[in-house]
Amino acid sequence: MKECANVFEITFEAKSINEGFARVCVAAFCVQLNPSVDEISDIKTAVSEAVTNCVVHAYPKKEGLIKLRCEIEGNKVTIEVCDFGVGISDIKKAREPFYTTKPTEERSGMGFAVMEGFMDSLEVESNGQSGTKVVMSKVIGSLEKMSVGG
Amino acid sequence: MNIVSTVKNSILYVLLKGELDEHSASYTHETLDKLFTNDKIKQVILDLSQLDFMDSTGIGVFFGRYKKLAGRGIPLFVANPSTQADKILKMSGIYQIVKKISTGGKYERVR
Ligand SMILES: Nc1ncnc2c1ncn2[C@@H]1O[C@H](COP(=O)(O)OP(=O)(O)OP(=O)(O)O)[C@@H](O)[C@H]1O
Ligand SMILES: [Mg+2]
Repeated sequence: MKECANVFEITFEAKSINEGFARVCVAAFCVQLNPSVDEISDIKTAVSEAVTNCVVHAYPKKEGLIKLRCEIEGNKVTIEVCDFGVGISDIKKAREPFYTTKPTEERSGMGFAVMEGFMDSLEVESNGQSGTKVVMSKVIGSLEKMSVGG
Repeated sequence: MNIVSTVKNSILYVLLKGELDEHSASYTHETLDKLFTNDKIKQVILDLSQLDFMDSTGIGVFFGRYKKLAGRGIPLFVANPSTQADKILKMSGIYQIVKKISTGGKYERVR
């Protein structure tokens, strides 16, 4: 039986103090999927990376907003993090591990690599001038299913 | 972030309690650098057993501290990371220069 999707969406200011808030929101929403401790850690980490990028990179000269949308369908959670800032001109390059445009600020350039490694899928959209949208998803309980099924 | 430290036998033990992200990074970075000014220390151990969360910002902080200490010939170690922190640390390759050790609960006394 296919269950209906469940969605939440919030908008908040691109301030570092909201990083903890954002990851706790998503984690609390995902509890309905009965995730393991490791799965929740993975999701919190990926959300933190996406939100931190908006805080650190999207709005160099002004204040701005972050939109966080989270959708649960069946046992899959899809998380969208959007900003309306400067955008990314070369997404392929930005996604490479260790690539950072802020090496002097002690950044490692591992954010996208972490999102990719901790989630099942990661898409980054930006036209290089009006914001960035990160969409990532993860199937919860996939390991358990595999062992039950086969 | 709550940082507790002690020096014993020229080893600086630092217990990081809380969450290490962009919001707590500058405090963590500044506090550690202040602790490093002690010229008696010959080794630094960051105990991550009570670090409830960290993201890639933490890699930047640890790597920056490593570089700072390496200039004085002082090795940096991390101890007891959670599964989550360990996954990020591994992914970043930082273990090649900042070794992971286990303090086997010895740190308990330090608190
Ligand atoms: N929301 C965004 N808006 C504008 N640029 C971004 C955004 N997210 C990422 N970028 C660009 O992509 C690069 C790579 O991002 P990534 O998260 O992988 O590394 P980082 O943020 O530089 O370092 P770290 O995440 O390790 O602290 C950034 O340096 C930045 O130039
Ligand atoms: Mg980043």
